Amino acid sequence: MSDALLSARGLGLRFGGITALDGVDADLWPGEVLAVVGESGSGKTTLLNVLSGHMAPDAGTVWYRDPAGARHDLRAMPAPQLRALHRSDWGFVHQNPRDALRMRVSAGGNVGERLMAQGSRNYGGIRAAAADWLRQVEIDPARIDDVPGTFSGGMLQRLQIARTLVTHPRLVFMDEPTGGLDVSVQARLLDLIRGLVARLGIAVVLVTHDIAVARLLAGRILVMQGGRVVETGLTDQVLDDPQHPYTQLLVSSVLQA
Amino acid sequence: MTYNFAYLDEQTKRMIRRAILKGVAIPGHQVPFGSREMPLPYGWGTGGIQVMAAVLGPADVLKVIDQGADDTTNAVSIRRFFARTAGVQTTTRTAEATVIQTRHRIPEVPLHEGQILVYQVPMPEPMAKLEPSRAETRRMHGLAEYGLMHVKLYEDIARLGHVSTSYDFPVMVNGRYLMSPSPIPAFDNPKLGGMAALQLFGAGREKRIYAVPPYTEVRSLDFDDHPFRPVRAPGVCAMCGSGTSYLDEVVTDDRGTRMFVCSDTDYCGERAAMQDAAE
Repeated sequence: MSDALLSARGLGLRFGGITALDGVDADLWPGEVLAVVGESGSGKTTLLNVLSGHMAPDAGTVWYRDPAGARHDLRAMPAPQLRALHRSDWGFVHQNPRDALRMRVSAGGNVGERLMAQGSRNYGGIRAAAADWLRQVEIDPARIDDVPGTFSGGMLQRLQIARTLVTHPRLVFMDEPTGGLDVSVQARLLDLIRGLVARLGIAVVLVTHDIAVARLLAGRILVMQGGRVVETGLTDQVLDDPQHPYTQLLVSSVLQA
Repeated sequence: MTYNFAYLDEQTKRMIRRAILKGVAIPGHQVPFGSREMPLPYGWGTGGIQVMAAVLGPADVLKVIDQGADDTTNAVSIRRFFARTAGVQTTTRTAEATVIQTRHRIPEVPLHEGQILVYQVPMPEPMAKLEPSRAETRRMHGLAEYGLMHVKLYEDIARLGHVSTSYDFPVMVNGRYLMSPSPIPAFDNPKLGGMAALQLFGAGREKRIYAVPPYTEVRSLDFDDHPFRPVRAPGVCAMCGSGTSYLDEVVTDDRGTRMFVCSDTDYCGERAAMQDAAE
């Protein structure tokens, strides 16, 4: 418990009459992928926003352990420190890559932005890193100077991943990273994410409504309904032998090809 | 009818002086001020004129330049404005002036201690074209998050092989604040740092004042492997033969004949006069 990278206790958040989070506990250990599943409106994205410090909870605490081993209460963390964390040790992959990318800046500039924000002032070095990351996400490095507008949907998402991982974060938040992509592109992207996460040992909080994505990527799973965690455990265990009626419903509603 | 000394009322001048003092205390930081309606349109240097009105005293000697020239409409109008409303002595000689209002240039002759250089600034926010939200740019200044500006430089080098910004080239002041030097040519940027004179910047429409105190470190943004390079037209002045001053290209007839002349008319005139005297 004490060496968890991120741990949340008793998170609560209400939007007027709507309860978005109600007594949510979560832990994330280094190098592990935690999937948050549930239907639309179950509080998945709100949980992600609270865990990443983008939103303050009404109740409860989120603790983060920095590389030096010190624990920080996210709500007590000063804004500059939290922003610095988001630029370096953390990453955030949005569902829509257009929200994160600068569409009028070249692919290389997009990947290099986080390096420059961290103080890299060597053009050649930034460019080499950008080319290397494009290669790692299977984008032809020859397209380094093309603007994202000329990329396909799958490439945009891969570009967003390259841009996020370039600073070697220890923790990445992903909000439906494969949403809005067609099935074959999804499969390739999942493969890529799985490879990168395993190779780099990144801890991931993955929000998805797609049980298959959770099964493929996540070690542990957290099932949400109406702002509460109804079931949690190892992914295979939960999905193969769901205990809660809602989880059973979720698992049984997956279409078998 | 008679105006108050230097047109603005004393309360307004006090307010502007407070903003200037704060600006001097925090070099490069944009200080908001209550910009007044002036009897000139925005874009003519209303910010510079208000700063000027606040720092001008009866004993001052005033010089006004527009793109380096003393004799263009803007320079003549502003010089006349203060000659009439403040009754101060005016000059075109850089060395003799105590206060110099400038638009888009820094004089070629190094300024000395005790002089004040007042810039007219159209857009004080250096990241205005990159980040549309002013709330966000203020936050970025507060936290000294200036990576975005380097993304712009990166893009220029990636696309063109060099940084394409040739005027209003962003600078870091005192290692802390990113600042727009107003639309002076990048050629003039090296003069900003370590200058003996006090530099004041006024943006009337945007209602901001900022300052660079004498002998402050000012660095143009660059990459280690693509250092900042001031650009100058390759040529010599047709009037005075200067090979180091900033040049304007002038078309002299309808067949496309052109020549280069110094943009700083006072510098050019004095050099030409000295050469005449030597002959």
